[in-house]
Amino acid sequence: MSSTSSYDPRVLRAPHPVPGAPNNWKRFFTFNTDAKVIGIQYIALALFFLLVGGLLAMIMRGELLTPAADLVDPSVYNALFTMHGTVMLFLFLFPVLNGFNNLLIPTMIGAPDMAFPKLNAIAFWLFPVFGLLLMASFFLPSGPSASGWWAYPPVSTQNPLGQFVNGQFIWILAVALSGISSIMGAVNFVTTIVRMRAPGMTWFKMPIFCWTAIAAQIIQLVGLPVLTGGAVMLLFDLSFGTSFFKPEGGGDPMLYQHFFWFYSHPAVYVMVLPVFGIFSELFPVYARKPLFGYPLVAIASFGITLLSLIVWVHHMFYSGTPQWMRNLFMVTTMLIAVPTGIKVFAWIATLWRGKLRLSTPMLFCLGGLVNFIFAGITGVMLATVPIDIHVGNTYFVVGHFHYVIFNTITFGVFAAIYHWFPKFTGRMYYEGLGKLHFLLTFIGSTLNFLPMHWAGLMGMPRRVASYDPEFALANVLASLGAFLLGVAMIPFLLNLVSSWARGEKAPANPWNAIGLEWLLPSPPPLENFEDDVPTVISGPYGYGLNVPLVADEDRYVQRANEV
Amino acid sequence: MTTTTPNDLKGPQKQTHAHGHGGHNLTGMIIFLCSESVIFLAFFVGYAVLKLSSPIWLPEGVKGLEVRDPLINTIVLVSSSFVAWFAETRLHRKQLWAFRVVWLLTMAMGTYFVIGQAIEWRHLAFGLGSGVFGSTFYLLTGFHGLHVITGILLMALMLWRSFRPGNYDGGEAGVTAVSLFWHFVDVIWVVLFLLIYVWQ
Repeated sequence: MSSTSSYDPRVLRAPHPVPGAPNNWKRFFTFNTDAKVIGIQYIALALFFLLVGGLLAMIMRGELLTPAADLVDPSVYNALFTMHGTVMLFLFLFPVLNGFNNLLIPTMIGAPDMAFPKLNAIAFWLFPVFGLLLMASFFLPSGPSASGWWAYPPVSTQNPLGQFVNGQFIWILAVALSGISSIMGAVNFVTTIVRMRAPGMTWFKMPIFCWTAIAAQIIQLVGLPVLTGGAVMLLFDLSFGTSFFKPEGGGDPMLYQHFFWFYSHPAVYVMVLPVFGIFSELFPVYARKPLFGYPLVAIASFGITLLSLIVWVHHMFYSGTPQWMRNLFMVTTMLIAVPTGIKVFAWIATLWRGKLRLSTPMLFCLGGLVNFIFAGITGVMLATVPIDIHVGNTYFVVGHFHYVIFNTITFGVFAAIYHWFPKFTGRMYYEGLGKLHFLLTFIGSTLNFLPMHWAGLMGMPRRVASYDPEFALANVLASLGAFLLGVAMIPFLLNLVSSWARGEKAPANPWNAIGLEWLLPSPPPLENFEDDVPTVISGPYGYGLNVPLVADEDRYVQRANEV
Repeated sequence: MTTTTPNDLKGPQKQTHAHGHGGHNLTGMIIFLCSESVIFLAFFVGYAVLKLSSPIWLPEGVKGLEVRDPLINTIVLVSSSFVAWFAETRLHRKQLWAFRVVWLLTMAMGTYFVIGQAIEWRHLAFGLGSGVFGSTFYLLTGFHGLHVITGILLMALMLWRSFRPGNYDGGEAGVTAVSLFWHFVDVIWVVLFLLIYVWQ
C-alpha cells in the first residue's frame, strides 16, 4: 500500500480494501448491489444450471440410444424434455446473458454501476428462488411439469392427481417469477444505457454490445408482459376453475398459443442479439480491423427488434391458422434474414484480410458464426409454409433451434467468458485447456445436432421416447455427440476454477482491445471510473487507425496498469 | 489514504453518480409503464377476441352488467388524476401542507374506488368459474384493482417521505413518478370501462 501513496488518491480506491474487495469471495454469497458482483453471481449460477440441463439432456440421449423406451419411462421422458428446455432457457441462457449485461454495460459506457443497484440485486436474487422452485418440483408426487416448454392447453391444464401444488403449477409460478425478474432487469439496463453513458459517448460511439443489449431488452419489455398475461390465465385455468383456454366454458386454446409465441419467438432474439453483440466486439479485436459497417450493424439490431414482434405465428402454421395469416407471417419471418444478413456480411467483411489471432474466444466466435449461417439457412427453410408443415414437430426443428441456441448462442457465451475472464477476475485463463474445450464442443455439438436434421427430414417426430429403427444411426450419432459435450465441460470448468484460483495475473488490457472497459484495471475497482469518467472522442472500433478512444488516453492507460 | 476520498475532491460532479438519482427514477418509471401497458393490451386483446369468437358469452341467468355505480366510480377515479396533478403543482410551489392535504384527497378517492369495486363484486350473480365471461371480468377488474391498491400504497409512501425534513427540496421525481403511475392506472380504467361496461 505504501508504495502507491504517491499516486493520485483516486487510484487508491482500487482495489477496494473493504468488504467488496476483489479478493473477498464472500461477497458473491451476499445481497451485493455492485453490478460486477451480480454479473459474476448470474454467470456462476447459470453455469451450474447448464450442468443440470445438460444432465437432463444426457439422460434423454441415453434413452434415445436404442429405438425402444428402455432407460426411462415415457412419462418420465416427457418431464425430462420439458425441464431440459425450461432449465436451459430460463435458468441458463437468460441469466448468463444478464450476467454479461451486468458486467459489460456499466464498464463499456463508463458508468459506476447500474441505474438502480438495489433493483438489480433483487432481480438477481429472484433467480435462485425460481431456480430452486423448479428443481423442487422434481420431488412433488405429481412430478415436474411434463407438457413441454410451450405448456399448451389442454395438456397443461390437466391435473390428474387433483393436487393444488403440482408440477405445472410450480412451472407457471417459476416462469412468472423469471418474467418479473427479467422486467426488473430490462428497466434497469435500458435506463442505464439511456442515461449513464460517458461524456462524449453518443449513440453512434457506443459499442455494439450495448446496442444489441438495449435492442434485446426492449423485446423483453414489450414481449414478456404478454407471456406473463398468458401464464396468469393458464394458472387460473389450471387452479381456479376459469375457462380462458377451455372450449367447454367458451374459451379458446389458440389464444394461449398466440400469447405464448408472441413472446417466446422474440425471446430467441433476446438471447441471440447480445451474442451478435459479442461477435461484433470480438471479431475486430482478434482480426485487428475496425468493425465493417458499424452504423448499419447497430441499426440492424433495432430492425431485428421490430421484425421479431411480427413473426410469432410461424410457430402455428399447423395449428389451424388461416392461409392469409400463414402467408403474411411467412413473409415477415423471411424478412428477418435481411438485418441478420447485414450483420453476417459485416462480420465476414471484418474478418476479410484481417490479422486473425486464433485464441479460444476467436475460435468460439468463428465456430459460432459458421453454425449460425447454417442455422439461418434452415431457419429460412422452416419459415416457408409448405416445408414447415412437412417437417414441423420433427427432429428437423429440434436440430434447427439447437443450432441457434447451443451452437450459436452458447458458443458466443463461451467466447465472451474467455474474452472478458481476465478483465473481471484479474487472472488469465489457460489457453491449452480453452482450445481443448473448443475442440470437444465443436465436434460434440456437430455430432449431436447435425444428424437431427437428417432424422427429421426422414420424418422422426420430436418428443418421443421410442422411435422406428430406421432412425437408429442418426440417434446413436446424436447421443455420442451429447456425451462428448458432457465431457467438454470438464476442461471448461477446470479452466475457470484453476485459472481464477492460481492463474497468471492479468494486465489491464491483455488482448490490446479498444473500449472503456479495457481502460480500467483488471479487475475493475468498485465503481469503475467513479467520478473521473473519460470523455469519449472517437468510435469504438478504431483498430489500426491510430486514433485515441478517449481524451487524455495515456493517463487512463497508465493508471489502469499501475494498479 | 483512507482520510481523503475522491468525493471530497470533486464534490459538484457527484451528481453524475448512480445512487438513486431522481431523473433515473422517472425514466425507469416511464419504461416500466410502457411495459405494463403491454400486459393490459394483451388482456384487452384477449378479452376482445374471446368476446367476438366465443359461442357462449354471458353465463346462464346473467343479463349484463349494471352501469350506474361503476360510472360514478369511474368519474371519481378520473377526477382523482386531476387532484393528483394539483397536488403536484402545490409541491412545485413548495406549499408542503397543501400538497399533503390534496395528496391525501387523491388517496381517499382511490380508496373510494376500490371499496366501490369490492361492493360491486359482492353483489354480482356470477363468479370466476362462470365460463369465459366471469373469467375475463374478474381477471381484468381484479388486475386493475391491484394496480389501484399499489398506487395508493405508493402515494402513502410519498406522503410519509414528505415529513422528512428537506426531502423534497431538491426535486420531487418520486412524486412525479407516482403521479405518472396514477394517471396510467386511470387511463387503463377508462379503456377497461369502455370495453367491459359500455360494449355489452
